[in-house]
Amino acid sequence: MQTKIARREPLFHISKNDAMPFGKALAIRICAILAALLVVGILSMILIKENPLLIYMSMFEGAFIDVWTLFQNTALLLIFGLAVIPAFQMKFWNLGANGQVLAGCLAAIACMKFLPEKYPEISNTVLILIMAIASILASCIWSVVPAIFKAYFNTNETLFTLMMNYIALALVDYCVFTWDKTGSGNLGIVNLLNGRKGWIPDISNKYILSIIVAVVLTAFMFIYMKYTKHGFEVSLVGESVNTAKYVGIDVKKVIIRTLLLGGLICGILGFLYAGSVSHTINKEVGGLGFTAILVAWLANFDSLVMLLTSFFVVFLDAGSKYVSTQFQLNSNDYANIVVGIIFFFVIGCEFFIRFKIQFNNKKTSNNERVGE
Amino acid sequence: MFTSILVNAIRMGTIFLFGCIGEIFTEKAGHLNLGIPGIMCIGATGGAFAISIFGTNVNSALLVFLSILFSMLFSGAAGMLYSFLTVSLQANQNVTGLTLTTFGVGFMKFFSKRIYDQKLFVSLSPAFQNLFGLKDSTNPLVQIFLSHGILVYIAIIIAIISSLFLNKSRSGLYLRSIGESPATADAVGINVSLYKYVYITLGSAIAGLGGLYYIMDRSSGTQIAEAAIDSFGWMAVALVIASMWKPLLAAVGSIIFGGLSILDAMLKTMSLSEQKIFAIFPYLLTVIVLVLSSVVKSKNTQPPAHLGLPYFREDR
Amino acid sequence: MENNIALELRNITKRFGTKVVANKNVSLTLYKNEILSLLGENGSGKTTLMNMISGIYFPDEGEILIDGKPAVIASPKDAYNYKIGMIHQHFKLVDTFTAAENIILGNNEPYNLKVVNSRVKDIASKYGFDIDPKKKIHEMSVSEKQTVEIIKVLYRGADILILDEPTAVLTPQEIDKLFTILRRMRDDGKAIIIITHKLNEVLAISDRVSVLRKGEYIGTVNTSETSEKALTEMMVGKKVDLKIERAIVEKKKPLLEIRDLTVNSDVGNVAIKNVNFYIRGGEILGVAGISGCGQKELCEAIAGLRPISSGAIMHEGESIVGMPTREIIKRGISMSFIPEDRLGMGLAPSFSTTDNMMLKTYGDGRTPFVDRKSARERAKQLIKKLGIVTPSTETPVRRLSGGNVQKILVGREIESSPNVIITAYPVRGLDINSSYQIYDILNEQKQKGVGILFVGEDLDVMLALCDKIMVICHGEVMGVVHTDKTTKEEIGLMMTGSLDKSEIKEFGKAKDSHLTDEQWNDADKGMGDNNAN
Repeated sequence: MQTKIARREPLFHISKNDAMPFGKALAIRICAILAALLVVGILSMILIKENPLLIYMSMFEGAFIDVWTLFQNTALLLIFGLAVIPAFQMKFWNLGANGQVLAGCLAAIACMKFLPEKYPEISNTVLILIMAIASILASCIWSVVPAIFKAYFNTNETLFTLMMNYIALALVDYCVFTWDKTGSGNLGIVNLLNGRKGWIPDISNKYILSIIVAVVLTAFMFIYMKYTKHGFEVSLVGESVNTAKYVGIDVKKVIIRTLLLGGLICGILGFLYAGSVSHTINKEVGGLGFTAILVAWLANFDSLVMLLTSFFVVFLDAGSKYVSTQFQLNSNDYANIVVGIIFFFVIGCEFFIRFKIQFNNKKTSNNERVGE
Repeated sequence: MFTSILVNAIRMGTIFLFGCIGEIFTEKAGHLNLGIPGIMCIGATGGAFAISIFGTNVNSALLVFLSILFSMLFSGAAGMLYSFLTVSLQANQNVTGLTLTTFGVGFMKFFSKRIYDQKLFVSLSPAFQNLFGLKDSTNPLVQIFLSHGILVYIAIIIAIISSLFLNKSRSGLYLRSIGESPATADAVGINVSLYKYVYITLGSAIAGLGGLYYIMDRSSGTQIAEAAIDSFGWMAVALVIASMWKPLLAAVGSIIFGGLSILDAMLKTMSLSEQKIFAIFPYLLTVIVLVLSSVVKSKNTQPPAHLGLPYFREDR
Repeated sequence: MENNIALELRNITKRFGTKVVANKNVSLTLYKNEILSLLGENGSGKTTLMNMISGIYFPDEGEILIDGKPAVIASPKDAYNYKIGMIHQHFKLVDTFTAAENIILGNNEPYNLKVVNSRVKDIASKYGFDIDPKKKIHEMSVSEKQTVEIIKVLYRGADILILDEPTAVLTPQEIDKLFTILRRMRDDGKAIIIITHKLNEVLAISDRVSVLRKGEYIGTVNTSETSEKALTEMMVGKKVDLKIERAIVEKKKPLLEIRDLTVNSDVGNVAIKNVNFYIRGGEILGVAGISGCGQKELCEAIAGLRPISSGAIMHEGESIVGMPTREIIKRGISMSFIPEDRLGMGLAPSFSTTDNMMLKTYGDGRTPFVDRKSARERAKQLIKKLGIVTPSTETPVRRLSGGNVQKILVGREIESSPNVIITAYPVRGLDINSSYQIYDILNEQKQKGVGILFVGEDLDVMLALCDKIMVICHGEVMGVVHTDKTTKEEIGLMMTGSLDKSEIKEFGKAKDSHLTDEQWNDADKGMGDNNAN
């Protein structure tokens, strides 16, 4: 029995495209963002029944009302992003920045709360130093455990680091309830009425410190990834484990070392939260971790580009929050929708940068000849 | 006491079970969908839409049916979006999933505040809660087995059907082959993209029911916007790993996870902080399962081999 | 006889790109009830041809007839519908599934494993397979996996079976068993094409032999009327004289000495078996063999990338077994292996030429920084010296053409002034000019006193370039011949396992070795400890 087989050539052929010029790629991304803004505009128009241009203008206005907060939030998001990019560059999916920062912050808060109680004569400098060390240690533990299991047993790091977040969250919850005798589940501002022990002194205002740290870390990470031997090894392991082994790199060591670096940065961030930004710990502290993954990915793991992407996301967030209060929507939620929609478009447009689509018009004539 | 803990554990666990079964389908197709928490929120919103639209205009059975339908349509659409981005457009699964979660949480909170009418929702919630009308029975066996709302039974039925589907049906076999080795599936003529679309969407639709269940049954219509549905979603993702991608184990695991998350409220003799420690155990258990299965290298407890990796035919 | 033809190929031509012609005007006839061997060197186009029959490629010209009717085979599914089944060298099986589950995958029949199991058992007992349909693939040996692949094809009702080098992964006993099964299938009316390089196997199993050389069809002979010698001549062709100057260099002490080396492959079978050889400074030792006969494993073992099972590897009298890769590189041993996809090992595709230049040297110097400036200079020099075509030193190498990529790899290896160069397929896919450039580079190095191990494909080139040629067949050394005193035919016979000179004479132990016999014995014994780290 002969089955009748129709010859069907697919309409188009998709192949990988390595050589998209920078300008064209940028143009595609800008088009995607414009398309997203159009959709957001239409959506806002339906919901708010206002001219979308007006909405965008008010968004712009609103974002810059509190410039210091805008910059501080950018700085915090940026540091989060810096913590994950070395791992991502290595194709190690570290989704655990949330938990790493929480663990660090928790350790710092613990020092801040209990050391002055036990040793009232402790000097503020020493306390701050101990807080920093404790925070970094805790963060490193949180990041290195999944790294070790990945290196030696190839344990799925995405799932492991994800779970570490929730262990940290639950631990924070437990500690807060244990430490806070009122049972409110809210630690309050630590040492506010206790001589502000463990508070890092403000440099002219309370925002600048985070911004300075972010700038320094960005510069460090840029140099580390681009110009150091370590950075070279990280890129090489991400590029091809086989080639890395071929040139004699100890891949296990690189994985563990790189995650320790991520832990270090998360530790610094946790310390900043405890000592300068919030002086307390709650679930919000690690909340930017997932956004940071998006920001890092959007910047293609380049720390300088991440300056832009993290600013962009914080700007959107602040702007849409302002819009939603201005037009009596409710705050955070509208911002989440806006950020989500814009991301969907940007994520989708990467396809048109990474792949080439060829339509098969001329091939048909070839096929006809075959059947002669 | 024990009966009441078990009954509550089953009811709490049902939220996780929906999310978990949905995620199992997705992961069996080789996709790690971190958007499940968001999808559960979207499912909750879909159900809420149905309730606020149809409300008292239809009889309770029809209302339950319509809200289930709406919930699945909404969350299924979110699953479609995820499939389109990750299957057709080859986007990074983690990034897409996390974005979907951000979006979904915002979506729920934004719309639920517009459509939520507490009085209406609370008054309609009994339709979801007491399938056999035996809720107030004092017999422990009746309490454990027959006192729940319709969605609890639907969850268990879905778990059983999923297990049969994955292990005993041809399509289930094909689906598993795609998560393990899409190139092999492709080579024997299975339509890899179609399967991925269908089962990611179906999985999302199932997960969405978890959201509906929470607002209408578990919380008796008292909350939407404040609901921590996304955190239940993460628990569901954890349960997938802890149950080693097996729906029946997931059903058992959901009761354990459910139990651990309600124990704090049940154990009044404990201090508040001691109660809180129970929240760590589900995740700790998950990590232990994950680590042990990778150390032992047992093939039957591993994640699908191609989980999280894009499949592009010309890469083979 | 006409209706006895199972498959006919008429004037099939397949090109890749504009330059490479993989098959040119190939015509072939396959009868029912026969086993046809397809013979040819590497790159002769056998696999391409078979891929067109099984629907992976589509021919540019020519036609395929099945049962006398023109057929269009556009996908593996079409091939199945025409009852054609191909058993690839690399098995396509789902590891966590049982044999039965793999067999019915994609078959769209009712899912009833009991029925499947009994049908599989029927097929197995009909042809003499040994199979447990309930066993999972990851618990199976290589030969069991192959059995599953064959049954998978039979289960779908294939009447035409194509086996691509099925014996490469099997032990002699397993090969015997496979051949018995193939004969039974033939007697049952199946038409079988088997691709193999080993002439003894060709003679043992097939009814007729078709030979391809460099993409062209050479001819078909009845197995009963031919000999190993005649087949080898058809396969390798007449010797072509190439204008490669072979430099004469004074002999030096052995640089690299290898004794009783046994290495396993990735799947765990023996890839290199009790191999002895040595390389002197100022000498090019060629390694000839059908590809996949252990060349990769040998290169990796020397470079420290693959643990060895037993034996000794001595560099200037010191054991390098168990030494970290980096130490081996520092000792001046350079290894470059051009895999089929060209980018697999040795280069980082999305790195620039500059960064690829410093892959092995980035760790030099005491600062924590990489010295990109000097690497860029070296990249510029290399680009100039070898005429590499690239927009700049900072363009990712994956955007360059294959020839340019290879020049970067080989150039970098030589630039590090090694004393031993191990190079496998350095001219794979290169045009003539680029190839000659590489030969010149190697000769230059040889004159400098470097010892070179050249794993190659083209026998004409190897005869012109190398001083000696070690011939391996399935991981075993068939002998070492001086290129002045041998012929292409002799090497061809050794490559296919028909001539084993090692049975007559012991090869590969230098008289002026760095070590005495006793030290060698000690080295062998101490091996176990070295390997532990």
